[in-house]
Amino acid sequence: MATLELRNVNKSYGSGLADTLKNIELAIDAGEFLILVGPSGCGKSTLMNCIAGLESISGGAILIDGADISGMSPKDRDIAMVFQSYALYPTMTVKDNIAFGLKMRKLPPAEIEAEVARVAKLLQIEHLLGRKPGQLSGGQQQRVAMGRALARRPKIYLFDEPLSNLDAKLRVEMRTEIKLMHQRLKTTTVYVTHDQIEAMTLGDKVAVMKDGIIQQFGTPQEIYNDPANQFVASFIGSPPMNFIPLRVQVRDGQCFGRLDSAAGAPGQACCELPLGAAAELEGRELILGVRPEQIQLAAAAAALPSLRAEVEVVEPTGPDTLVFVSLNQTKVCCRLAPDATPQVGSSLDLQFDPARVLLFDASSGERLRPGKRQATDNKVAQFKLG
Amino acid sequence: MTSVSVAQRRSSDVLLPPGEGGAKRRMRAVSLSRLAIHATLILACAVYLVPLLVMLLTSFKTPDDIRSGNLLSIPDVFTVIGWVKAWDGVGGYFWNSVKITIPAVLISTLLGALNGYVLAMWRFRGSQLFFGLLLFGCFLPFQVILLPASFTLGQLGLANTTEGLVLVHVVYGLAFTTLFFRNFYVSIPEALVRAARLDGAGFFTIFGRILLPMSVPIIMVSLIWQFTQIWNDFLFGVVFASGDTQPITVALNNLVNTSTGAKEYNVDMAAAMIAGLPTLLVYILAGKYFLRGLTAGAVKG
Ligand SMILES: Nc1ncnc2c1ncn2[C@@H]1O[C@H](COP(=O)(O)OP(=O)(O)OP(=O)(O)O)[C@@H](O)[C@H]1O
Ligand SMILES: [Mg+2]
Repeated sequence: MATLELRNVNKSYGSGLADTLKNIELAIDAGEFLILVGPSGCGKSTLMNCIAGLESISGGAILIDGADISGMSPKDRDIAMVFQSYALYPTMTVKDNIAFGLKMRKLPPAEIEAEVARVAKLLQIEHLLGRKPGQLSGGQQQRVAMGRALARRPKIYLFDEPLSNLDAKLRVEMRTEIKLMHQRLKTTTVYVTHDQIEAMTLGDKVAVMKDGIIQQFGTPQEIYNDPANQFVASFIGSPPMNFIPLRVQVRDGQCFGRLDSAAGAPGQACCELPLGAAAELEGRELILGVRPEQIQLAAAAAALPSLRAEVEVVEPTGPDTLVFVSLNQTKVCCRLAPDATPQVGSSLDLQFDPARVLLFDASSGERLRPGKRQATDNKVAQFKLG
Repeated sequence: MTSVSVAQRRSSDVLLPPGEGGAKRRMRAVSLSRLAIHATLILACAVYLVPLLVMLLTSFKTPDDIRSGNLLSIPDVFTVIGWVKAWDGVGGYFWNSVKITIPAVLISTLLGALNGYVLAMWRFRGSQLFFGLLLFGCFLPFQVILLPASFTLGQLGLANTTEGLVLVHVVYGLAFTTLFFRNFYVSIPEALVRAARLDGAGFFTIFGRILLPMSVPIIMVSLIWQFTQIWNDFLFGVVFASGDTQPITVALNNLVNTSTGAKEYNVDMAAAMIAGLPTLLVYILAGKYFLRGLTAGAVKG
């Protein structure tokens, strides 16, 4: 168990090139599981390589257990890593691949033997131990790469998309295995993934990156419920959050936005969304962020008013049914219960809790929090039909 | 040669099974172009093989036989007297060549592999420039380095020794072997070296345990190239060695150019064959490994 801290880390691949990592600040406690997410090319692998010591950093400091290790060679950092490209030794058998790190650290042969057997059992690769990497499928290679890291008991594990090549079933199994293993070993872990569920279920902390900058760092719940900007909000969650453009209007000193659906009777086709008495919002273009699961079918007795909209597309996914409607000329995804099977072209009465929607600045994508000062139940009362 | 063309005709017959007219016509077109290809190949073979045949035939003839018959005639009596005399003349120098070539080939290949490993996997500031300058060595004509090399050998006290000649061959060959290995290693994913570093392996362990075992094909290329170059070298041999340390190429030249007595063509031919056999052998033996290495060394990303 070890703490990991990155202080103002910068990385540039060459003097002429732009910085790949910009002022990275991260700190995780001993035994925590950090998830790194971000679009392709944002610098996740670079950050992992910097932590491992395979790339030198051009500024800042990396601390393990409070000690600066920025200048230390990789093998002295006591870190094990699973590479995105597997990086299996092609001329060695699977068994030798897993045992190599243990041999280098001069473990007694009997112990190596036992460790390889344990890892092979865990990853279901016992039948492959005698093969060379070239004779394995991508998923099998990936599991061997995992095994090579897991055979050691380092201070920190670095996993660079370790499950990306597995089939859906194995992936879920391995995800649970990793979680179990982490709960048992409590080794500090940094884990890169593109998978939403992995990000939400495995991590104690999530860091969302874009263009070498950490956009937000927090618990999965914070990232999900309270994203710092539109990028984070769009990146986490599947299907992604709906973003509906709004123009802020003012009446009686109160700001509100209007949602139009162009369906049903005039009274039912639009609604007004109260934004409170924030004068700074007046006349601005905003983006309204609503998660698909926040939109529900209007229940007759509910306190929330409803909005009628025409169904454009229906996608039954199994656990739920995705329905797409148009609001303010934007396609909006609603995640409904699987027993809801509306017909395309029919009208639905939808509702959502205005207290839980998010507001973003239309140009910068920054989160706006005008309603903070106001009581939530007050807002519900103000949400009224147009 | 006749048997080859008979085989050729037979194989073209096989290409013409009874069938549809159109298919038959296409087949005939195919077999015609095949015939042309084979004819060209056979011709090229002949051009290269006839001199060898002449040498072989002549080396087994008696001097009288050579004077009376033509070049391609079968010997009246097969005699190995030419080979025995040739071995007496150049046999000692044959071993000189072995003593020069084997260490020089092994050392230059090993150093080239190390150089290539560093240049591909452990880039340092200016390593590209270093590699560029090293490449320059591939284009240096032999003659240019004669004087500096003999001066250096003299300073080192290695003039006219086998060790000195080995040193010259190693230095001259390094540019080529480094180029081979460096270009081979840049195609190997760097992540392999990184994984090994995290596993705790050091510079030489990574080289010996991970990269060298993957390098069989390029090692074969380097060995064949260096062996051919060094065994066949004449200029360095004649300049940097004298008397008892001369390689076989120089000895062969001396043997053929002796002006005393009658020309013994059978001895000349046999000596030339002796001088040329090792390179032939290396191609036949290592060429096979070379192909095997190429197919077995296929590595997935
Ligand atoms: N050795 C290198 N030299 C120069 N630039 C590099 C090097 N390695 C990566 N980069 C650049 O740094 C940026 C970040 O790359 P990185 O591999 O860290 O992305 P990533 O977030 O891991 O992406 P992915 O999700 O596709 O794996 C990219 O723009 C890439 O082109
Ligand atoms: Mg990556």
